[in-house]
Amino acid sequence: MLNYIWAGMILLGVIYGVCTGQMSALTGGALDSAREAVSLCITMAGVMALWMGLMEIAQESGMITKMTKGIRPFLKFMFPRLPEDHPAGEYIATNLIANVLGLGWACTPAGLKAMEQLAELERQRAEEKMAQPVDRQLRLRAGQRSEKEFEKRRCGSGITAASNEMCTFLILNVSSLQLIPVNMIAYRSQYGSANPAVIIAPALVATLFSTIISIIYCKWKDR
Amino acid sequence: MNALTHVSDIMIPMIIFWIVGYGMVSGVKVYETFLKGAKEGLRIVVEILPTLVGLMMAVGILRTSGFFELLGRLIGPATQAVGLPAQLIPLLIVKMFSSSAATGLVLDIFKTCGTDSYAGMLTSILMSCTETIFYTMSVYFLAAKVTKTRYTLPGALLATLAGTVASIFLAGKM
Repeated sequence: MLNYIWAGMILLGVIYGVCTGQMSALTGGALDSAREAVSLCITMAGVMALWMGLMEIAQESGMITKMTKGIRPFLKFMFPRLPEDHPAGEYIATNLIANVLGLGWACTPAGLKAMEQLAELERQRAEEKMAQPVDRQLRLRAGQRSEKEFEKRRCGSGITAASNEMCTFLILNVSSLQLIPVNMIAYRSQYGSANPAVIIAPALVATLFSTIISIIYCKWKDR
Repeated sequence: MNALTHVSDIMIPMIIFWIVGYGMVSGVKVYETFLKGAKEGLRIVVEILPTLVGLMMAVGILRTSGFFELLGRLIGPATQAVGLPAQLIPLLIVKMFSSSAATGLVLDIFKTCGTDSYAGMLTSILMSCTETIFYTMSVYFLAAKVTKTRYTLPGALLATLAGTVASIFLAGKM
């Protein structure tokens, strides 16, 4: 994906630059930007070191584990059909907390594990369904669908289609509730903002709003 | 919006105090632990440096070619009406695919409009409230070997739209 975006930007830029006769400016633009990336990283280094240092303390002191446990009721609300002690719950909690704290590197591994566990859960559910011929007979008698169609649907939902839990988890991930937008603050301070941290509260309101909207949407779809 | 500014001001000092205080009470060697984490933070920055160089260069070329001005002239009048400066349109689109590519555009907006301008504020809030849709979906669903994503995409788009609307509203109030 990134390959196309990156090449697209460069090719489009050069072609359009040729059309508008901006070739010498293009050279300057490319070189200046590369230099700027390095000076930006120097600012970033300070902020990231500070934040990751604090997070390490939070990790060591058990604060993060405590937070992970703390959001159990929320998980129960969002994933009502997830069994109480299912390992997926633990991974989902870790992923969401890492999201809130802006720990990008910790989100993805936990998120991937959560998805694998949810897939496993779906497989189990499909097997359980198959092991209940009575239930199937009942459905058939009710004339809802032919046996073949029923078979197809069951297989389809067990193996290739996302479960409700997966949909909810991913939507929550995209709406990503974030407490402190660390990167944005670093970028703002590099580019001479009078108050880089001024965005924390409005960003929190915006991210809360998008998260609440997605919670409502997921609950409506999952009803 | 004074209340929001106030919350922003006290947030970071509060968090620092809370984490260090909690660490002390729990008997963690706070300073040594901090150094360990800080080192990890530096490593992350070094790792993203090549990405930033590559992407900022691409955005730099695109900007100096005058392409953004063209885009602004073409769609600016329409988007301005809903409170979106034209520079933000490429950002909104790219952000759905890749957050690091979006970062290049963000920095460009900061440079040309200023961080504290309306466009700068809107960009800052916008980038802080939602994640990359297609990247997240492709990586996560690949792990679960799922091909039918059902209502994930509409939900993710709805979340992004909600975040965008909220950002426009809030940036207008700042």
